[in-house]
Amino acid sequence: MGQELAIRLRQVVKTYGPITAVAGLDLDVPMGTCVGLLGPNGAGKSTTMRLLTAQSIADEGELEVLGFRLPEESKVARAQCGVAPQLDNLDVTLTVEQNLLVFSHLYRIPRAERREAIERSLKMARLVDRRDSRVDKLSGGMRRRLLIARALVHRPRLILLDEPTVGLDPQVRQELWALIDALRSEGTTILMSTHYIEEAERLADTVLIMSHGKAVATGRPSELVLEHAGRDVLEVYGPPSRLQEVEVEAESAGLRTRRTGTSISILGVDSGNGASFDGERRPANLEDVFVLLTGEEIG
Amino acid sequence: MATAAQRATRLGRLERPALTGVLVREVVNYSSYWKSSTFSSTVEPTIYLLAFGFGFGSLVTTIGGYDYVDFVGTGTVATAVLFSSAFPAMFGTFVKYHFQRTYDAILAAPVDTEELVTAEALWIATRAGVYGCVPMIVAMFFGLDPAWGMLTVPFIGWISGYGWACFGIAVAGYAKSIENFNYIVSAVLTPLFLLAGSFFPLDNFPEWAQVLAQFNPLHQTVVLVRHAVFGYEGWEDLARVGMLVAFGLIMWRVAIHAMLRKLVD
Repeated sequence: MGQELAIRLRQVVKTYGPITAVAGLDLDVPMGTCVGLLGPNGAGKSTTMRLLTAQSIADEGELEVLGFRLPEESKVARAQCGVAPQLDNLDVTLTVEQNLLVFSHLYRIPRAERREAIERSLKMARLVDRRDSRVDKLSGGMRRRLLIARALVHRPRLILLDEPTVGLDPQVRQELWALIDALRSEGTTILMSTHYIEEAERLADTVLIMSHGKAVATGRPSELVLEHAGRDVLEVYGPPSRLQEVEVEAESAGLRTRRTGTSISILGVDSGNGASFDGERRPANLEDVFVLLTGEEIG
Repeated sequence: MATAAQRATRLGRLERPALTGVLVREVVNYSSYWKSSTFSSTVEPTIYLLAFGFGFGSLVTTIGGYDYVDFVGTGTVATAVLFSSAFPAMFGTFVKYHFQRTYDAILAAPVDTEELVTAEALWIATRAGVYGCVPMIVAMFFGLDPAWGMLTVPFIGWISGYGWACFGIAVAGYAKSIENFNYIVSAVLTPLFLLAGSFFPLDNFPEWAQVLAQFNPLHQTVVLVRHAVFGYEGWEDLARVGMLVAFGLIMWRVAIHAMLRKLVD
């Protein structure tokens, strides 16, 4: 037996009528790690998240969360899990503190520990001085921090973050990253879905890239980059007609390319094999891998 | 793998902490809107009472052996129960599901759909039991004599309110859009409301309508409240209570079925 797993999915399938949202997904989240679920919109990330709280029931496959089989034992698993959903579902006419109070009850924190649990969450989310503010008076970033604080109120062993920074300013996103990183360093297991590559690259120990309901690659971000995109990338800029030529030339020379919108990236130019092209050399990154594996256009 | 001890903590159905959690959410939220809710639940039946009391009251003084104010004052208890249970349940459930996504948050916690629906209905029923008494209290200012039986009125309102709350939750569960509520209000609630005997006795209705009214939980509520105030009729009233309990139980299971379809896919 290897490392203890917080989440273990095997060949999970979920269909909605004619649409297959999850198509045979395998997913391992080892205890104490942060796993990033990366994929374009519609790849099945949110469905996967719903499956983990048994708000969706899989058609096929095995699902285990914290050692409990889903959906039968989902309720015990949920008691030890925290969930921060993509769509804000705070009670907006209540105060920050009241929102946490409600969830301290829903997560069955004993009466004697409730006060302290709420204080700890307020501190973690840096909302101590906004405790009496109504939620509809908070900024978007504060609301998102409260959403995460609410998921932490019962000190869960595992937390599920669904697109934790979607639609936020870069500054606010950095604040949230700091919060998530602090959780990680405390040893909380995290599964985080995102379509922001930088987010996954910064926070995740391992990344699982999803496309059309399946895992297309999984591993440490640096390993994935090396394996799929090589060490260096040549970025060639020019007018669209020139870019098309470059694309054809590079491909005939046996090199892989991807479009970035304003340039053509020629991948795997590590050993000087892209010397005939005039461009900027840069290290390959996770975005190269992401686009290579999930396709350039999103259907 | 989970240890044997953890397995033993497998959580059951209809657990108290789960029900309490959902109720706490409702109570805390209520503290932010109780004024408007109390206002509408109080003023509406009072207006009915005054309008019918003065309107018909000037034409008829007694009806079915009762003073008209006494008749309407007790009859509109059921109206108040309906208005403070079925309607908030329909709209509240729909809003919490579609717009606020509250139920997604609650079901991510250790709460099942069955517990969620039950706690929501318990809360609405409690409010309906209390608000239901308002018309009766108002009628006392217009001459309705106090009686010990009145103390049982909140319980009748509670039982009836529980069934109507579940009815409302079920409607919200099956409805695809909030506009669909119009069908239910026009085709179900309005006829039941008029065939309840709140404002006029049903004696002059055709016999089929009178038979039909016996299956109308709202009518049974009206009769029970009148008997609570003016004297119970033994077994017959016990049967009426039994009918309301059955209505509540059936609607409870229907509401859970409707919400499971909606919340878990």
